Amino acid sequence: MPFTADTLRLLDSHGNLVRDDRTTEYLPLIEALSDDQLMDFHRQMVVMRRIDVEAGNLQRQGQLALWIPSIGQEGAQVGSGYAARAQDHIFPAYREHVVGRIRGVDTMRIIELLRGLSHGGWDPKQHGNFHLYTLVIGSQTLHATGLAMGLTLDGKTRSGDPERDEAVVVYFGDGATSQGDVNEALVFAASYQTPQVFFLQNNHWAISVPVTRQSPTPLFHRPAGFGIPGIQIDGNDVLASYAVTRTGLDAARSGEGPRFIEALTYRIGAHTTSDDPTKYRDERELDFWLANDPIQRFEAYLRGRGESDAFFAELATEAEDAAADLRTRTLALGVPPASDMFAHVYSEPHPVMDAQAAWLEAYEAGFEDER
Amino acid sequence: MTIESLSMAKAINLGLRRAMTENPRVLLMGEDIGPLGGVFRVTEGLHAEFGGDRVLDTPLAEAGIIGTAIGLAMAGYRPVCEIQFDGFIYPGFDQITSQLAKLTSRHGGSMTFPVVIRVPYGGHIGAVEHHQESPEAYFAHTAGLRSVTPATPHDAYWMIQEAIASNDPVMFFEPKSRYWPKGDVDDAASGFPLHASRVVREGADITLLGYGPMVNVLLAAADIAAQEGTSAEVVDLRSLSPIDYEPVLASVRKTGRLIVAQEAPGFVSIGSEIAATVTERAFYSLEAPVIRVAGFDTPFPPAKLESAYLPDADRVLEAVDRAMAY
Repeated sequence: MPFTADTLRLLDSHGNLVRDDRTTEYLPLIEALSDDQLMDFHRQMVVMRRIDVEAGNLQRQGQLALWIPSIGQEGAQVGSGYAARAQDHIFPAYREHVVGRIRGVDTMRIIELLRGLSHGGWDPKQHGNFHLYTLVIGSQTLHATGLAMGLTLDGKTRSGDPERDEAVVVYFGDGATSQGDVNEALVFAASYQTPQVFFLQNNHWAISVPVTRQSPTPLFHRPAGFGIPGIQIDGNDVLASYAVTRTGLDAARSGEGPRFIEALTYRIGAHTTSDDPTKYRDERELDFWLANDPIQRFEAYLRGRGESDAFFAELATEAEDAAADLRTRTLALGVPPASDMFAHVYSEPHPVMDAQAAWLEAYEAGFEDER
Repeated sequence: MTIESLSMAKAINLGLRRAMTENPRVLLMGEDIGPLGGVFRVTEGLHAEFGGDRVLDTPLAEAGIIGTAIGLAMAGYRPVCEIQFDGFIYPGFDQITSQLAKLTSRHGGSMTFPVVIRVPYGGHIGAVEHHQESPEAYFAHTAGLRSVTPATPHDAYWMIQEAIASNDPVMFFEPKSRYWPKGDVDDAASGFPLHASRVVREGADITLLGYGPMVNVLLAAADIAAQEGTSAEVVDLRSLSPIDYEPVLASVRKTGRLIVAQEAPGFVSIGSEIAATVTERAFYSLEAPVIRVAGFDTPFPPAKLESAYLPDADRVLEAVDRAMAY
């Protein structure tokens, strides 16, 4: 079993709250959540999973070049996504679609990315400080650390007011922990004591390579060597993800320096629609994780609190509607004009961009007569 | 007012100081740039004057320097990063080419990345391996970056300030062999925009084009050529991306012959690019093929062999003879 005595859980596999010496610190944060907030946690997970299935189908039907499934990781993502405060900055890797939704990024922006219509898609300043996806593994950790250094230099953190002080959370995976950039980010974060949480989703597989190839020791042990406190949580426990990230971010924003969270989770599907996990994974491994599914577990928790069948039925309808809406809007997408290629390569006038854009326009105009 | 007899290292230092004074968002990052003032002393005195929050002695990690500079730019800063030596830039290559260069475009222009990367480059200092290279072509090849290199203290003083003022990322290549020779700096006006090439010496028979450390070599070659009866025009490119072609083409249309000189290897280089473009755009003006004078297509050799590797005035004159023979 991947979970050990080190793994912090607030919900057991059956959806019951765990009350022991380790959870005491975190349970007040859970008790402070309203029913509406708890229902939102569940709503985000359920809707995202249904959208995820729909997007995978769209890829299979040739509507997307690629889809990056997040099925199985909704607990880690929704909990941490809700833990960030409005003023915080979030640097995703490329699988955190639901965190984007929580911060105001329509999943259509991800669809456009994976349909081959854009390389970016949104302005982080207008979308809850949710930054762009980064496909080069781990590179975003340094950007997050640099931005966090800037928050410190600008006095936008460490005032003691958690409603005002800004912090940064950066997502990365188990494969990324082997990258130089991630290790350099930990060095810089420790050196400059950045207000930052490193949120590692250990989903156990870097495409086809198991996490044991990245590290023979638990990954949450690594940050200690950098002077950064590390903790391992059950990443399929949305409440643990929320409470531990909330606590870590608030510690970081109060001036206690960076934190590192390893969320143990599992990629139920493929890395992307381009690979086939049956070639490298023992499907029996799935059994454990299916039994610890974040959505089933949280549903059991909510039912235990008295949530009605009607809520879950309405949610299922809402998820179906969201998936249908995603499909409709995907099929309606056009292609941007070719001149867009040149538009923002530089932010100031550039003679080569002007000349090449003009050349392409004239070249294409030359075919007008043939149409 | 003219400041007389200033080294390029000191001119860049004064340019940085002025930029930092005028804009509190400008900060310096790099290895050993604090109390030591950098291994070439370009940042000397700035840590004492502006403090450790403006002049950051960073951990020893080039990707870390560039990657965090990107984040600082997102926070509204204008970081100026020092790469200690040319050959040490490659650990930061991914952050420069895959991240910094593309992020303006990926944001659809909603964020800008005014990051300057200072790179001491080139030979003639007798240093060990990885300390004398000319990596400029890699960066000129990369869309989203601007690349410039000064040849004189005056240009260096102004170009570093204009690079910092640019909202685009700028690779700022500093010719190490020109750090210490002195020249006059007019600190009242630059007299040129950042990407303008300039005719350094007028001539009628052949154009000698170069940048950074080669400009002085070309001037020396032009002196010798004049004694031998050939009037050479010398053009300092200043900007490697974008390239200001009009003065180059005007010169070639006048002289009909072009030599392009650089310390970098010739294969797939700035010189190759200029030869191709001039051939496309001034074909009927050319009396001879464009000839490249460059470092050899080998790794930079051990220092005792560098005089055989680096183009000097004689190598330029050999090319002049070949061009004039057409």
